[in-house]
Amino acid sequence: MIEIKNLHATVDGKEILKGIDLTIRPGEVHAIMGPNGSGKSTLSYVLAGREGYEITKGSVNYFGQDLLALEPEERAAEGLFLAFQYPVEIPGVANTTFLKSAINAMRKRRGESELDAMQFLKHIRAKTKQLGMTDEMLKRAVNVGFSGGEKKRNETLQMAVLEPKFAILDETDSGLDIDALKIVADGVNALRSPERSMLVITHYQRLLDYIVPDYVHVLAHGRIQRSGGKELALELEKNGYKEFGVDEAA
Amino acid sequence: MAASTETADQVRAFTEKEYEYGFTTDIESEVAPKGLNEDIIRFISAKKEEPEWLLEWRLRAFQAWKAMEEPHWPALTYGPIDYQDAHYYAAPKMKAKPKSLDEVDPELLKTYAKLGIPLKEQAILAGVEGTEGQSPAVAVDAVFDSVSVATTYKAKLEEMGIIFCAISEAVHKCPELVRKYLGSVVPYTDNFFATLNSAVFTDGSFVYIPKGVRCPMELSTYFRINQANTGQFERTLIIADEGSYVSYLEGCTAPKRDENQLHAAVVELVALDNATIKYSTVQNWYPGDENGVGGIYNFVTKRGACRGVNSKISWTQVETGSAITWKYPSCILQGDNSVGEFYSVAITNNRQQADTGTKMIHIGRNTRSTIVSKGISAGKAQQTYRGLVKILPKAEGARNHTQCDSLLIGDQCGAHTVPYIESRNRSARIEHEATTAKISEDQLFYCRQRGLAEEDAVSLIVNGFCKEVLKELPMEFAVEAQKLVGISLEGSVG
Repeated sequence: MIEIKNLHATVDGKEILKGIDLTIRPGEVHAIMGPNGSGKSTLSYVLAGREGYEITKGSVNYFGQDLLALEPEERAAEGLFLAFQYPVEIPGVANTTFLKSAINAMRKRRGESELDAMQFLKHIRAKTKQLGMTDEMLKRAVNVGFSGGEKKRNETLQMAVLEPKFAILDETDSGLDIDALKIVADGVNALRSPERSMLVITHYQRLLDYIVPDYVHVLAHGRIQRSGGKELALELEKNGYKEFGVDEAA
Repeated sequence: MAASTETADQVRAFTEKEYEYGFTTDIESEVAPKGLNEDIIRFISAKKEEPEWLLEWRLRAFQAWKAMEEPHWPALTYGPIDYQDAHYYAAPKMKAKPKSLDEVDPELLKTYAKLGIPLKEQAILAGVEGTEGQSPAVAVDAVFDSVSVATTYKAKLEEMGIIFCAISEAVHKCPELVRKYLGSVVPYTDNFFATLNSAVFTDGSFVYIPKGVRCPMELSTYFRINQANTGQFERTLIIADEGSYVSYLEGCTAPKRDENQLHAAVVELVALDNATIKYSTVQNWYPGDENGVGGIYNFVTKRGACRGVNSKISWTQVETGSAITWKYPSCILQGDNSVGEFYSVAITNNRQQADTGTKMIHIGRNTRSTIVSKGISAGKAQQTYRGLVKILPKAEGARNHTQCDSLLIGDQCGAHTVPYIESRNRSARIEHEATTAKISEDQLFYCRQRGLAEEDAVSLIVNGFCKEVLKELPMEFAVEAQKLVGISLEGSVG
């Protein structure tokens, strides 16, 4: 279980998160919706441990551990995965090399034996099959020359291979046309399981047509303003974020 | 009188003469006094029992050297070198050696451990007493893991007519070849450091591949007897006769210390008609501490002559060590359709400085050259790529492609690119591409979010950056080199 309590965070002295409270139980999919600048991406970065964010108050209890005390790579090894809004290119490093290094770094940190080339190949083949993907993407350098859709599919593949306990999907729908969105959503849905929690961050409701959440939260002005079921997303789509004091047209 | 007695007499006469000049040394002594003069050169030559012509050649080089000035054009900063305050001949057994691994610098041992080098080999590399003459199998141990295997291969080489021995041995074994080719690519008047080397070189490798023979394995100094004595002024000569092929490995991924600060090696390659030479180097001499104190000064002249038609010389280098690196492995593309290649990774960290690159001299028709240079700078290091592509009037249809990429880590290092292009033939095609990039905070965070520690992330990103060059290395070297890339950059971020 992940319990975020009264979380405050600043960037360059400016307070962005002003007291977030959120509890996510195993198997649940929560969506966070909010306008631009509401603190959505900050929340994902703070949970993943990116530098440059100062936590001024609050706590995050992650399956009994103090998440905020861990380094980013330790959080990853504990099963926290962030699907990036803008996946990063790493020229010259093949996807397979990257994933093998990643999975073995995590296993080593957890005190498990590292996978050898054959075991890894078997593992990764099973995952590409599960997601209905080909091996072609594995041979290419990480995100280099990938289209927007390919980058997001690659994030999904990484999530599948690394088998996280808690996945944060940061604006996975940004930059995708409807077909690409469906493919990525199918991938994410295939990875839903009773042991895996997800936090889906999005500006628009349309992603939630495909990845249907158990709970929807509205984030504005650094706080969760309202929580509800999936129908809340539809309401937001209709009325926008006006009721939360945000005029997006401005 | 037998040649050996004659030589012994000469040596005796010589050593007595030396005494007159105010220093005592006898034939049993393994170290020459400090300083550089004709007598020292005669002493070295006598120690090696060299023929007269070679001594004459050394002395001519010395005369030339005295009139030369140390070059100041490289982008390197270092204090004056006192050439008289050094020993120009010292057998390794005279050097003070650590008695056991306990006496070896723990930092060095840590690095050995990271490279996965077994204890016994660590002792050899660190020069622990009693391990002389033993060969560290680093970089080749994946393939050849015992001395007996090495011996088997040595027999096989001889059977094929391949000569692979110390150059001092070759002087006696095949004097015609040495006399014909020594200095034929890098003349003894070439440059300050090469000329110094010509005067005082102590040893190095000699390789001859006969006509039509494809050397069945990578040759490395590992197979050479007495390889511990590589010395400060190494001289290597490789000749690939018509239609032959050889791949040669120099160096070692494990860091080596040496009390001699100045190193000035010369490597000459000769490829005749349809011959190919592939020369790979991993250089990891001691770079000095974080403040640059105590590192090796490495001034190397490496040049290959593609003399024959369709010949090919390919240089691959991974340079991670030394406080100062001055090195431009070059190709003289004389034969029609000959090919020159230069693949380089140079990593400088802390206060290391490197001024490195290549020269491609196109003389023959349809000659082609490829240059891929990857420079990585971290800490307060400075690095310069300096390359010359020269097309002479008769080089009809010559082509060159140069790609020169720099990667910066942190904000206190520097990367500089100085390409020189001279074309005197209108049909030539020359391309130059250059990029400079930094390891971004985004890349590091992305890798860490996937479970990699920061240093492993840097290693992965840099290895990706160098991939084009690393893939040119023979496989057994490439794996070690990848690890080395990571280790060289430890502590460069965070």
